[in-house]
Amino acid sequence: MEDVILMQNVWKAYPNGVMALNGIDLSVKQGEFVYIVGPSGAGKSTFIKMIFRELKPTRGKIFINNKNIANLRERQVPYFRRKIGVVFQDFRLLPKLTVYENVAFALEVIEEHPRTIKKRVMEVLDLVGLKHKMRSFPDQLSGGEQQRVSIARSICNRPPVLIADEPTGNLDPETSWQIMDVFKRINEQGTTIVMATHNRDIVNKIRHRVIALEGGMIVRDQQEGDYGYED
Amino acid sequence: MAMKIRTLRRHVNESFKSLGRNGWMTFASVSAVTVSLVLVGLFLMVMFNLNKIAGDIESDVEVRVYLDQSITQAQQDALEQDLKEVKNVQSVQFQSKKQGLNSLMKSLGNDKKSFADLQKENPLPNAFILKTKKPEQTIHVANQVRDLPNVTDVRYGKGTVEKLFHFIRIARNVGIVLIIGLLFTSVFLIANTIKLTIVARRREIEIMKLVGATNAFVRWPYFIEGLVMGILGSVIPVVLVMVVYRFAYYGLGGNLQQMFIRLIPYHTMTTNLSLLLVGIGAIIGVWGSMSSVRKFLKV
Repeated sequence: MEDVILMQNVWKAYPNGVMALNGIDLSVKQGEFVYIVGPSGAGKSTFIKMIFRELKPTRGKIFINNKNIANLRERQVPYFRRKIGVVFQDFRLLPKLTVYENVAFALEVIEEHPRTIKKRVMEVLDLVGLKHKMRSFPDQLSGGEQQRVSIARSICNRPPVLIADEPTGNLDPETSWQIMDVFKRINEQGTTIVMATHNRDIVNKIRHRVIALEGGMIVRDQQEGDYGYED
Repeated sequence: MAMKIRTLRRHVNESFKSLGRNGWMTFASVSAVTVSLVLVGLFLMVMFNLNKIAGDIESDVEVRVYLDQSITQAQQDALEQDLKEVKNVQSVQFQSKKQGLNSLMKSLGNDKKSFADLQKENPLPNAFILKTKKPEQTIHVANQVRDLPNVTDVRYGKGTVEKLFHFIRIARNVGIVLIIGLLFTSVFLIANTIKLTIVARRREIEIMKLVGATNAFVRWPYFIEGLVMGILGSVIPVVLVMVVYRFAYYGLGGNLQQMFIRLIPYHTMTTNLSLLLVGIGAIIGVWGSMSSVRKFLKV
């Protein structure tokens, strides 16, 4: 299997001197589902931000789809981002746009053809089960529904990799399971998913590969792993 | 990289939407540009004309050496030779009394009838016209040739040029300081308006960058917004310049011509000045907006 994500000796030091990552080596194959776990301050967020090039590593190489993004030029970053879907804890939807428009926005700003946009938006809304709410505004939706819109937006460009940073962090347990169900469907279509999470129940129940970070290092990398530590 | 029409339409829509949303700030910025450009316009209108007049007078800086009416051809040739040898004289040209009258009539305009009498009995003497290498040498040259034989009179500009140049220099410096201050104020106001727009859309920009919109794509609406504000701000100044110059040129120009002063023609002036004002407006607008965007685009 191809490496979709390959990190070689990745270090990250912040300007204030804090070492967030201390020599990460990692390979994620196409179609994998990976949990990133660890206590606060372990470097999870830094790790996630590295993958979609919000941050550059201080040292080391990060290959996404065989392309080293550590030395990617600024002007190439937008084109790289189109191949990575990102989902956040706080959804990041535009309140004045409808569900449909929120998803379509992501395709409009990369200048997709209107016909493609329409077709694709309907597809992804169907996938996350919100086709019937396409004319609603975000504040008319529950948290879980809003997160599903945000997931729909993140995958509308068919990215091979989906990054999720605490996607269930703001949701109640029941809604969280719905989100995981959506992720499962997306993963089954072949999309690689990397999910940073604090949700012990989910990690222990829906078993996938678990990568535990602590002090900026990988302390455990386990197939079908468990959450493994006390918060 | 050609932009799709659909994309351009989107950018234009976006920019007009936010111009409307920040109506009052837009109004303030456009007004600031208007005020600045009105002053720039009036100032340039005056300066261009003063420069032209000064130029006319300067190229006119010559020493007229009037000859004794009874001079013989040999004496005249000898004098011409002498004049040519005077230091700092660039050229010596003979002007017969008839030529002298013609050029006087020409410089006074079309009113030939009042010269009819003069044409019958021309009171002007023959003359040599000397051009000096530099305007400021006229006085010196005039004094040198005054004592040559067969010279009855010597005439020159007598410092009017220097006074005019002095005045232009002062007016220009004061005007430039004032105008630069105003232009910067306009740039600042536009930058502020755009900043409001950007703050209101921070989330939008964040998402755009997250899903892979290029910087250029993010920037375009703000570019257009600034451009529109700058150009809107130049509308009133352009109209004003046209009206004021129409009044100045057709109302005042006739009187000035009696004083040997010719203004820049109406269409030349208004066309050039209008283009200049619109151009300055556009630059102010784009500069203001781009200076705001730069700070915010580092996502």
